[in-house]
Amino acid sequence: MEFAFTEEQAMIRESAAGYLQNISTSADVRRVMSTEQGYDPGVWSGLCRDMYWQALHIPEAYGGLGLGYVELAIILEEMGKRLFCSPFLSTVALGVNALLVVASEEQKQRWLPEIAEGRSTVSLGFISSEDTQENRQWGSASVQSHARKEGDGYVLSGSWHYVSDGHTANVLILAAREKGVSIEDGIRLFVIAGDQDCIKRQWTPTMDQTRKLARVDIDGLFVSADCCLGGEESAGWPALEKVLQLSSIASAAEQLGGARQVMDLTIDYTQERVQFNRPIASFQAIKHRAADMMLQVECATSAVYYAACVADEYLSERSNTAGDSSKISDELLQAASLAKAYCSDTFFHCAAESIQLHGGVGFTWEYDPHLYFKRARSSEQFLGAGDLHRERIASQLLDSSAARSDV
Amino acid sequence: MKISFSPEDEVFRREVADWLKENLCGEFEQLRFRGGPGDEHRYPEERKQWEQHMAQAGWLCVGWPQDYGGRGLSINQQVIFNEEYARAGGPGHMGHIGEGLAGPTIIAFGTKEQKQRFLPGIVNGTEYWCQGYSEPSAGSDLANVKTRAVLNTEQGRWEIHGQKVWTSLAHEADWCFVIARTEPGSQGHKGLSFLLVPMDQMGVTVQPIEQLTGTSEFNEVFFDQAVTDAANIIGKPGDGWKIAMALLGFERGVSTLGQQMQFKNELDDIIRIAKTNGAAEDPAIRQRIANAWIGLRIMRYNALRMLSGEQDGALRQEAMIYKLHWATWHAELGKLAMDVLGPEAELLDRGPYELTRLQSLFLFTRSDTIYGGSNEIQKNIIAERALGMPKEPKITR
Repeated sequence: MEFAFTEEQAMIRESAAGYLQNISTSADVRRVMSTEQGYDPGVWSGLCRDMYWQALHIPEAYGGLGLGYVELAIILEEMGKRLFCSPFLSTVALGVNALLVVASEEQKQRWLPEIAEGRSTVSLGFISSEDTQENRQWGSASVQSHARKEGDGYVLSGSWHYVSDGHTANVLILAAREKGVSIEDGIRLFVIAGDQDCIKRQWTPTMDQTRKLARVDIDGLFVSADCCLGGEESAGWPALEKVLQLSSIASAAEQLGGARQVMDLTIDYTQERVQFNRPIASFQAIKHRAADMMLQVECATSAVYYAACVADEYLSERSNTAGDSSKISDELLQAASLAKAYCSDTFFHCAAESIQLHGGVGFTWEYDPHLYFKRARSSEQFLGAGDLHRERIASQLLDSSAARSDV
Repeated sequence: MKISFSPEDEVFRREVADWLKENLCGEFEQLRFRGGPGDEHRYPEERKQWEQHMAQAGWLCVGWPQDYGGRGLSINQQVIFNEEYARAGGPGHMGHIGEGLAGPTIIAFGTKEQKQRFLPGIVNGTEYWCQGYSEPSAGSDLANVKTRAVLNTEQGRWEIHGQKVWTSLAHEADWCFVIARTEPGSQGHKGLSFLLVPMDQMGVTVQPIEQLTGTSEFNEVFFDQAVTDAANIIGKPGDGWKIAMALLGFERGVSTLGQQMQFKNELDDIIRIAKTNGAAEDPAIRQRIANAWIGLRIMRYNALRMLSGEQDGALRQEAMIYKLHWATWHAELGKLAMDVLGPEAELLDRGPYELTRLQSLFLFTRSDTIYGGSNEIQKNIIAERALGMPKEPKITR
C-alpha cells in the first residue's frame, strides 16, 4: 500500500497542467464552445501528436502508451480544471474502455491502433428509449434500439440519445437489443464507422456548451457479424456495465478537476474583492464556506484516485486472466458509484458556491463561474447523478443477505 | 500509487488476527467492543489488565522505535495492526494518551533521563496518562491558559495552581502533561511550559463531569499547590506552546484506522437493523445509508493518503480536513441510527437512565464536533493555513 503519486505521475501532472494552460484558456473555451463541432481540430490533432494522451491507457501491443488508470485520471483532472473542450472523454473513457473490455482480439487490432495514432475519435451510444423514466436510470432498460439477426449479420434500428460527441465521432459504438427481449438479456454492442449516409447524426444544442451531445438515428442498417463487439456470444449488458463504471471513474476525475479549479478561482476572487474595508476572504462566513469546499475537494481526490487504482486492478486482472473475479468486479462497481456520486455532488456544490461567493459578477456571462456551474450540471447527469449511484450502493448493502458494509 | 498490501503484510495481518483470536477471549471476552467513545468509563481495571497482557507479547506501542521498547512496525503494518485490533473488537485503549501523545513527545523532546523514567511505563501498560490542555477560559482559545506553575528552587520542584477541564481518563491516570504559564504576566502562546505532573498527590483533585449521556468520561482537574519535580519539564520553560503544537503532528492517522473500524462496526449494526425492521425499504433512508458508507470509505482513503508518501512532518491538505470530516460524519451517523430505529429509538435499555449502545452513539457524537478543536475552529484552520485566507481582524478595546 502506497497511496501517493510516484515521481513519474507527478511529472505527468505537471506537463499536462502546463500544456493545457496554453491551449485551454477561458477565451479558448468560449471560442470553441460556441461552435457545433465543439472542439478545435487543430488543437486536438496537435495534442494527439505531441502528448499522445488519447493512447495513454491503450496497451503497447496496440500502439498505445500502456499506462494505467491513475495516469489517465491525472490527465482528466487537469482537463477538468481547464474545462478543456475535446472528444477526449468520449473517445478514451467510453470508446477505448469499451474496446478494452468487450472487443475480441481481432477487433482490438482493427480499432485501437487508429485511435492511438489520433486518426479516429470514438463515442458510445446506448440510451435509446423514448421513456424518460427508463433513460434516467442509465441502465439496461434504457437500451431500446433493436438489432435484428439477418443472414450473417444484424439490422440496426433506433434512436440513440445524449451521445457525447456523437455528431463528430469517426467511430460509433452502439448498444442495441434483440426485439422482444427485456432487461439485461439480448443486448449487444456494435462498432461501426460513424460517417455513413444511412446514419443520421444531429447535434442537439446543450445548456453546457463545453460538452456536445448528439442524437443518432438509424433505420435499418445492415452490419456484418464481425461488427458485434466481442462476438455474438459476448456478455452484452454485464460487459457494457463495466465500461460505464470505468467511464464513471474517468468522469469523476474530470469533475474533481473542475471542482478544485472553481474553488481556487473563487478563493482568489474573495482575496481581491474588498468590501467594508477588508477583503471579503477575511469574513468567517466566507472562510467557513471555503473550508467546506476544500473538505469536499480533498475527499473527492481520495475517492477518485482510490477508484482509479481499483480500475487499474480490474483492467490488469482482466487482461491477465480474460475474465473478472467477482471480488474485483464488485469493487469496481462500488468504487465507480462512490466516486461518481461524491464528485458529482462536490463539483455541483463548489460551482454553485462560486456563483454565490462572486456575488453579482458571478451571475454574468463575462465571469467564468457559470461555465463551471453548467459543466457541473451536465457531468453530474452524465452516467447518472449522485442519487442513482447511492441507490446502487444501497442495493448492494441492503438488498443482499450479507449484513456487513464490506460487501 | 498502489492500494493493495504486499503478501508479507498479509502474512502479518494473519499473525495479528490469530494472536487476537487466541488471546481476546476467556477473562477478556467481556471486553470485546467495549470502552470506545461513549463507553470509555467501562471496565477500567480489566482493560488495564488486558493492556498489560498485550504488552507482554509486545503489542503495545507497536509503532515506536525498538530502541524505546516499541515494535518498530512499518506504517503499513501499523495500519494492519489497528484494523485487525478493531475488527476483533479489541477494547478501547486506556493507554492511548501515553502511547499516542505523551510518549512520542518525550521521545522527540525529552532528555535521556526522562525517556528512561517514563517510556517503560507506557510500553508495559503500567502507567497511564491524561492530557491537561483545556481550561474553563481556554477552550477553542487554547493559548489563553491561566494555570500557573512556579519553580521553587529551594525545594527543587514546580508548584502548580489552576484548573483543567474535559480531561478524559483523569481518574484512571497516573500522570498528566500540563500546559501551564511559567512566566508571570505573559500572554497567549508565550511563557507557557510543558510539565509532567503526578496525579496521586494531595494537590490534585479530580472531579467527574456528568455529561448529557448521564455518564462521566471527562473530568475537571484542580491543581492546588500541586507539585512535580523540577526535572519534569519537557524542553525549556517557555517552550510549552511549541511542544504542544508539535504533539498534534504526532498523530499521523494510524490510530484513526482503528477508529474507523469501530465506525464500521456501528454502521454494520445500523444496516442490520434497517434490514430487519424494514427501514431498508425507505428510499430516503437508503440514500442516507449509502451516503454514510461512502463517507466512511472516503475516510479510509483519506487516512491512507495521510500515511503514504513523504513523511516530512508537514501537515498536508488531507490531514487538515480529517477531524472535520470524521466528526461531522459520525454525528450524522448517530442521527441516522435513531431514524433507522424509528419510534423504538426512544426506549431506554432500562431506567433510570441506561442508554442503549446506539442511543449512546447518538448522544455522544454531539461531542465529536466540539472536542479536539470544534468544527468551527477546524474550518478557521483550513481556511487560514491550507487556503491562505486572512485571519479575522482583532478587535481592539
